[in-house]
Amino acid sequence: MNPIKEHDILIIGGGGAGLRAALSAAQLDPKLSIAILSKVYPTRSHTVSAEGGCAAAVGKDDNIKNHAEDTIIGSDYLADQDAVEFFVKHCKEEILLLEKWGCPWSRSADGAIAVRAFGGMSKKRTVFAADRTGFFMLHNLFERTYLHPNIHRYNEWYVTKLFTDDKGVTGVMAIHQKEGEMQAFRAKAVIIATGGAGKMYKNSTNSVIKTGDGMYLAYDAGAALKDMEFVQFHPTALPKTGILITEAARGEGGYLINNKKERFLKDYVPEKMELGPRDMITRAIISEYRKGNGFNGPYGKYVELDIRHLGEKVINEKLPQIRELAIEFMHTDPVKMPIPVTPAQHYTMGGISTDIKGQTTVPGLFAAGETACVSINGANRLGSNSLAECLVFGAQAGKYAATHAQKNKVRSPSAGQIKTETGRIEKILTNEGNENPFKIRDEMQETMDHHAGIIKNEKSLSSGIEKIKHLQRQFTKIKINQNNTVFNGELITTLELAGMLKLAEITLLAASRRRESRGAHYRTDYPKRNDKKFLNHLLISKSGGIHMTPSIKTEPVTITKWQPRERKY
Amino acid sequence: MTKKYTIRIRRYDPQTGKNWYDIHNIYAERRMTVLDALNQINEHERAGISYRSSCRMSICGSCGTIVNGKSVLMCNTFLKDLEDPVTIEPLRNFAIVKDLVVDTDAAMEKLRDALPYTTFSITKSRCESVQTPKQLEKIKQTSQCIKCMLCVSACPIYGLDYNFMGPAAAAIAYRYNKDSRDHVGEKRLDSLTGRNGVWKCNFVGECSNVCPKNVDPAGAIQKMKVMGVLHCIKSALKPKLKSKSKSKK
Ligand SMILES: Cc1cc2nc3c(=O)[nH]c(=O)nc-3n(C[C@H](O)[C@H](O)[C@H](O)COP(=O)(O)OP(=O)(O)OC[C@H]3O[C@@H](n4cnc5c(N)ncnc54)[C@H](O)[C@@H]3O)c2cc1C
Ligand code: SF4
Ligand code: FES
Repeated sequence: MNPIKEHDILIIGGGGAGLRAALSAAQLDPKLSIAILSKVYPTRSHTVSAEGGCAAAVGKDDNIKNHAEDTIIGSDYLADQDAVEFFVKHCKEEILLLEKWGCPWSRSADGAIAVRAFGGMSKKRTVFAADRTGFFMLHNLFERTYLHPNIHRYNEWYVTKLFTDDKGVTGVMAIHQKEGEMQAFRAKAVIIATGGAGKMYKNSTNSVIKTGDGMYLAYDAGAALKDMEFVQFHPTALPKTGILITEAARGEGGYLINNKKERFLKDYVPEKMELGPRDMITRAIISEYRKGNGFNGPYGKYVELDIRHLGEKVINEKLPQIRELAIEFMHTDPVKMPIPVTPAQHYTMGGISTDIKGQTTVPGLFAAGETACVSINGANRLGSNSLAECLVFGAQAGKYAATHAQKNKVRSPSAGQIKTETGRIEKILTNEGNENPFKIRDEMQETMDHHAGIIKNEKSLSSGIEKIKHLQRQFTKIKINQNNTVFNGELITTLELAGMLKLAEITLLAASRRRESRGAHYRTDYPKRNDKKFLNHLLISKSGGIHMTPSIKTEPVTITKWQPRERKY
Repeated sequence: MTKKYTIRIRRYDPQTGKNWYDIHNIYAERRMTVLDALNQINEHERAGISYRSSCRMSICGSCGTIVNGKSVLMCNTFLKDLEDPVTIEPLRNFAIVKDLVVDTDAAMEKLRDALPYTTFSITKSRCESVQTPKQLEKIKQTSQCIKCMLCVSACPIYGLDYNFMGPAAAAIAYRYNKDSRDHVGEKRLDSLTGRNGVWKCNFVGECSNVCPKNVDPAGAIQKMKVMGVLHCIKSALKPKLKSKSKSKK
């Protein structure tokens, strides 16, 4: 075992939120030693796939009050309104900061930053860089880290554990994949920015690395998770691969069409049509399928997204990647043909509970980005708010982690803790079982697709929990065939799976506890929103060992100006 | 409709130092990519092959390998477009870590020489939110680089001289130099025209041929050579210009 490595701040995750946090801390105090640990090269983080854009009220006819109101209504009143107010106030300065750093935002003719329409937003407020917004933002942030000598990068290091003592977080354990070695770290503050947990589902727009690791690490370290029952399904993904066709396609004027050649959204969200919020459009599509109005394809039912009327010029200028993806992966040129689309899991609204400083319930432990739950997204995130969230709250977490590091001394994880963790990994590597981790993962994903999908009820949820518990038991008999520890994909998959099996249980448990329908959480047995009983967050924490059933607490939603009303579009 | 393919995978085990080819037969439908095929081989046959992947939609730049002799992204290369048998090998010009995983750390560090960031003066930062579509157009092509390193793998110069900054870093340098919001320009040109900079390139152009995002690093390098010449002349003239303005006073 190598000697412990030390930094002032450890950031787990090099996506939009992690990189923004690093830059924020580095700018605040150039003397702090900041390390980014990322299981893939930062530029391979999932932020790279974000297409449509990043919200900020920059348009002349827009203001932050509108942005706040849209976000709160979109959240079905579950967002904490103080957090939303803070968020909308800081979106614009983040956009302008990236502007100075050279992010190639798309422009209107006069050179001003352009904005496009997005679902659930009452004004054009989505700033974009063609339809590769996340890609441009991520690379811009990544390249900026080269300016700061106090930012150290540990590329392709997989974090397996957070260490804590009675005063809070003390460090992490990681696997250096290139060397196949384990390494312990100590630090004064740790920021988790590991992204969402979409890969609990099979049918998902997420990349394979979105396995919710940070949520599990934080839960295991004693931090509370919040709003885990809220999982967003995006209405327009390509069948089979789940590759996303951005909402910007509808923002720019695309239509959704059923097999009767109708723009069926007129029956569901007549005022907003294609620009309705995701949860409602997704349910509308499922309802069309049930009425027999879907198309039948080799990979199941679908509806059509038609952007032909936008014309080749607009498509090439504003939606070039959509065209490329449709041609590459569906052999369909959207200039000539409608694109087949169907809903898929897309985003985890829930996550590690934090305040607006990014502080979790464990001292010294911060979180930001999709892995965190502040909560500004509540029961349903509006498209393009999440890239902005990565920036605003990434910056916050960086700032407050830096302040924490300035004020506190470093403490080491104990030799015993390090030994236990090394032992755990070794045990997984040499476990004498016969179960295939990939098979258990597939079964978990299928279970979540069927039991925690777009439409739920008590029966499906409780049998889902039983199935997940069964898989957890199977997991103890897992067998890893690959014995070389260098870039051991089976080991990484197995570690990811261990976390996801717990997160899946938590998601189902929270969904079963919430006996109402709100935002993306829709139950046929409780089809109405129930503010009397459920205008609150469910906070979930470890109670006893990691294998025990977690404890669930409620926390009231913070309301400042917007009293809950019926949500209609 | 499925078709049978024979997949040959170049393996390397760093612990034993052994090299070999694995051969797997798989039945693929029309839409199966090379990446899907490897996933299937690993998950069903537990072959334990190491390779990188993340987005599966040709935007993250993880999955570059050599397939049937060509540098490609595996996630947008379809089996139906390939000749059977399909041979998958690691990228060239890099040390092999394990199987198809190569060590790109050094090449990524080369970005440092590109000074891949803007700096701006106070006055410039005031008009921060103006960049005309025309100015944006200038950086459009080179800013598409996903850092997949296919170009570096294809570059014969990099293969011979690891000190060369390589096409990817050069393309990124060009992108920032052409950014209307940038002020580092001159300093960056110093770095680019230094010993390991663009002069090393002798315009083979292989990099642009393999680039999956049409970045044209070779073109960027040629343009930078021109910028470099001008920059050198300017630097040579600078003291003279200064003394001229002094003598005016
Ligand atoms: C296809 C798609 C399109 C989207 N488009 C938009 C959009 O247009 N607008 C918008 O606002 N939002 C969009 N979103 C959502 C948005 O992209 C994400 O929510 C956001 O990018 C998440 O960023 P992040 O920094 O939190 O995490 P990520 O970018 O997912 O980064 C996570 C990081 O954590 C690291 N990591 C994870 N686990 C470990 C571990 N165990 N050890 C070490 N490192 C680890 C990873 O290596 C990675 O660097 C989209 C999402 C998808 C799926
Ligand atoms: S220039 Fe092209 S080939 Fe080279 S790293 Fe960038 S995207 Fe890849
Ligand atoms: S997996 Fe991302 S480019 Fe292929």
